Amino acid sequence: MILEKLQQIVADKLGVDTSEVVLTASFRDDLGADSLDLFEIVMGLEEEFGIAISNEDVEGIQTVEDAVNYITARQ
Amino acid sequence: MDGVKIIGVGKAVPKKTLTNEEIATFVETSNQWIKERTGIEERRIAIEETTTSLAVSAAKEAIDEAKIEAETIELVIVATASPDSVMPNTACLVADALGIKNATCFDLSAACSGFLYASEVACSMMRVGRYKRALVIGAETLSKVVDWEDRGTCILFADGAGATLYEGTNENKVLAFKTQSDGSGAKYLELSASYKANRFHQEEPQHPFIVMNGQEVYKFAVTKVPQNIKALLEETPYDVQDIDWFILHQANERIITSVAKKLGVAEEKFFKNIQHYGNTSAASIPIALKEAQNKLKKGDKVLLAGFGAGLTWGSMLFIVS
Repeated sequence: MILEKLQQIVADKLGVDTSEVVLTASFRDDLGADSLDLFEIVMGLEEEFGIAISNEDVEGIQTVEDAVNYITARQ
Repeated sequence: MDGVKIIGVGKAVPKKTLTNEEIATFVETSNQWIKERTGIEERRIAIEETTTSLAVSAAKEAIDEAKIEAETIELVIVATASPDSVMPNTACLVADALGIKNATCFDLSAACSGFLYASEVACSMMRVGRYKRALVIGAETLSKVVDWEDRGTCILFADGAGATLYEGTNENKVLAFKTQSDGSGAKYLELSASYKANRFHQEEPQHPFIVMNGQEVYKFAVTKVPQNIKALLEETPYDVQDIDWFILHQANERIITSVAKKLGVAEEKFFKNIQHYGNTSAASIPIALKEAQNKLKKGDKVLLAGFGAGLTWGSMLFIVS
């Protein structure tokens, strides 16, 4: 569930296909996100999952899997 | 007469064009990076021009378009964060240059929201009945307050001026304003005043350049601007889909894209000229308004929205007359 919602948000913000948003994908290296894209994704996740993600925590979210784990731990 | 309408718009930009490629010769950056991150390709930099001279030129164009005598203008407000002098204010210098002798003249400091704030102030003063014609100018020479070794800011901020002439009317065309602020975000975008010390108080000279936390400013803009626009429209009979043109402060193309998306409005309705002028703070909206003029039709609903240091932000809805 979390992964699916995450895939939709990332696909929307980055203009990629949901099929590219795999667990091992790195936001920057594989999905081509720059730091402004990452803010958009983070804000999307905050809204969707009702959590607040600090700037420090954003640094630790490099891959899709990192994001899934982060969100799961806070649901 | 408690209505207001726009009767003239003008703009003035410096002669020198500074391209991304030229910046990349003295700062570690690249044309591609700047274009992708901001949408900017080139900007204008004042060499002989000053904030005042640009303000005067922009005002002249607005006055010429309105076909009125400058001396009938009773109110001059210049929104700027880079005035040539604290005293006299820019507005007095502009009035003097244009032969405006019977006006109330002052500068207004609200960073990139300056034009919106100054417009609200001018229109409010006019609606009370005291002023029939008001000149509102946004004018900046940010190139003189930017750290040219800071690639985070020197690629963004540039110079120019835009002017709008407002006139009292029985058929109101300026429908609504919504200006807001949040001082808790002050530290995200700063420009210190000049070195402050006296015989009894010594202070470390402040870095007299723009200092910006780009991340926080971006997050603020893409969150607050759509909220503000929706709140503004709630006070009017219209919703976002009714608006013909959105003219946002030209800070970063990515912000414009994000705001359009959050509002669910086609990006084509958002006028952009940031590629040519960069971020000219208070001047950006009136410059864009002037350049959008040939696309505007009588009766079009136009929404202007600014956001910037303070933090300040605001929007205005008017109908093209």
